[in-house]
Amino acid sequence: MSTDAAGLGRVRASAFVAPALILIAVFLVFPALWVVLLGVTNYRLTGLAAADPEFVGLDNFVSALTDGRFLDSTWLTVQFVLGSAVIGQAILGFTLAKVLHGRVKRFVEGLVILAWILPSAVVSFLWIALLDRDSGTLNTLLGIPGFPWLLDHPMLSIIVFNTWRGTAFSMMLYGAALGNVPPSHLESARLAGANGWQQLRDVIFPHIRGHILTNLLLISLWTFNDFTPFLLTAGGPDGKSEILAVHVYKVALQGGELGYGAAVSTVILLINLVVAVFYLRLLREQR
Amino acid sequence: MAAIELRGLTKVYPGGVTALDSLDLVIPDGEFFALLGPSGCGKTTLLRTIAGLETATAGSIRIGDRDVTGLQPGARDVAMVFQDYALFPHMDVTDNIAYPLRIKKVARAVRAQKAREVGERLGLEKLMDRRPGQLSGGQQQRVALARVMATQAQAFLFDEPLSNLDARLRLEARTFLKKLQRELGVTTVFVTHDQAEALAMADRMAVMENGHIRQIGTPAEVFQRPANTFVASFIGSTPMNLLDGVVRGDTLEVAGCRVPVPETAAGRLADGEKIVYGVRPEYLSYAAEGPIAGKVVLVESLGASYLVTLEVGEDLVQVTVPEGREPELGEAGCAVPRPDRALVYRDGELV
Repeated sequence: MSTDAAGLGRVRASAFVAPALILIAVFLVFPALWVVLLGVTNYRLTGLAAADPEFVGLDNFVSALTDGRFLDSTWLTVQFVLGSAVIGQAILGFTLAKVLHGRVKRFVEGLVILAWILPSAVVSFLWIALLDRDSGTLNTLLGIPGFPWLLDHPMLSIIVFNTWRGTAFSMMLYGAALGNVPPSHLESARLAGANGWQQLRDVIFPHIRGHILTNLLLISLWTFNDFTPFLLTAGGPDGKSEILAVHVYKVALQGGELGYGAAVSTVILLINLVVAVFYLRLLREQR
Repeated sequence: MAAIELRGLTKVYPGGVTALDSLDLVIPDGEFFALLGPSGCGKTTLLRTIAGLETATAGSIRIGDRDVTGLQPGARDVAMVFQDYALFPHMDVTDNIAYPLRIKKVARAVRAQKAREVGERLGLEKLMDRRPGQLSGGQQQRVALARVMATQAQAFLFDEPLSNLDARLRLEARTFLKKLQRELGVTTVFVTHDQAEALAMADRMAVMENGHIRQIGTPAEVFQRPANTFVASFIGSTPMNLLDGVVRGDTLEVAGCRVPVPETAAGRLADGEKIVYGVRPEYLSYAAEGPIAGKVVLVESLGASYLVTLEVGEDLVQVTVPEGREPELGEAGCAVPRPDRALVYRDGELV
């Protein structure tokens, strides 16, 4: 059989693909390469190095990987991803999708989707209003005026915030996945005497394994690169909630060290790649 | 092995649909019992209620000497073969067969041994390491059967076990299932909408309609003496002739003809009563002279025989005729009922 099913020929076929390729090249490939290039210079936002950046080799990378602030930031990001994406969004989303039925389910779905589609700026403002130490809704409800949530528990605050924000996606994805589990398989397990956990382990998880991994891949990467927490805590106090996306912003744009920031960005890109490859490997594995 | 006893079993779905209406049924130990009926008659609901997958609204279910009405499916000691077999796609054949044993915490080696024994018995020994996706429909069905056998349950429940097989394989599987059930001697209830399947396999069967059991009996009883006009019209590969008539002394006036009162109803009819005269095409013979005279309007081949449709007055009467003796279209001919096989129904019930 010919590989040219549509009979277009190489040139015309390429013309169809070209617009997409050009867009990808201009907006994705070129900036990514540009960042890698910047990472090996001492380019700055202002000053002498802005006018005449010099090639500094791997200096930026070396100083990033030996910088306590960068390493702390990476560790905070890991906490943020595990806490708000994997444990928060995925487990809470799955539980909601599994437990809720009928009218309650539609109601909760409506609420969580609202949280998901509101613009970050609006949502952050709502949360600041919720968590404000003096006149915040939460403190009023709990009767503890003056409790500084964002100062005393900055990581917990942004983890709960991001869980609240993103659970809708996981809930909907798992809701759709659970609908595809054949009822007869669950019933077969029930007849064998399987309890709730055994049904999850032997029927539901194997059936939705692909959905779980895809979900984890997406929300891990989204959360890893999420900048919205900056709007709540600005990385503070004292860098205690400075996750990597915030860290890059601070060093590159506030600190003006574009070359160093680009190097850190490249490292983030590599971490993302590793995470993605890890999940895709699992996904491709023979079940 | 145990008998199954249903008393006043009722199932009303939320929304008010009554799927089972106060059913009483006793299935003795070791019997191969068929539940037959058109779609929506409640046969699958009945099977699922016995399994515990649906909870009964009222009534009781006993399996052996235990009342299982309120028990979870897993505690009822029954095993079920689902229409789609419900094999777990991520487990190989051995693990699938041994799954119920694994839930019962049987040791791994014992499980594997048992799975191998049952698998060999069903001719699966070369397939034990395969996944369900790598098996044909017939092989998947045998794995599902093996899983059921490995449980050593008190009763087996089959939900349309043959409907996912192609026609040729279905016949083979029918014989196989019947033989297997006989050898195992385990009480088995199976649901089917295919009357040929029920007639061929079952020791006894129940014909259901709208949540009621319309007749219980052996296949021969149900075929030869349907208890009511519903069963009469439902059972049989060619539908039974059901003709309105009136009792006239010791004969019946049916479709403008006079036929003798069948032996089965002799002495139990009053003069002038309205009745329905029922006789299967197989129990009518075609002749030049006879009580039901008409004109041949249709001749259909059934393979080794022909189905001849006679126009008798305003009614149509169907007769089966052996091959080689089929009449010409338009010919005048008569149908002669077998006196011991013709039936009379009064108000829809057999007299």
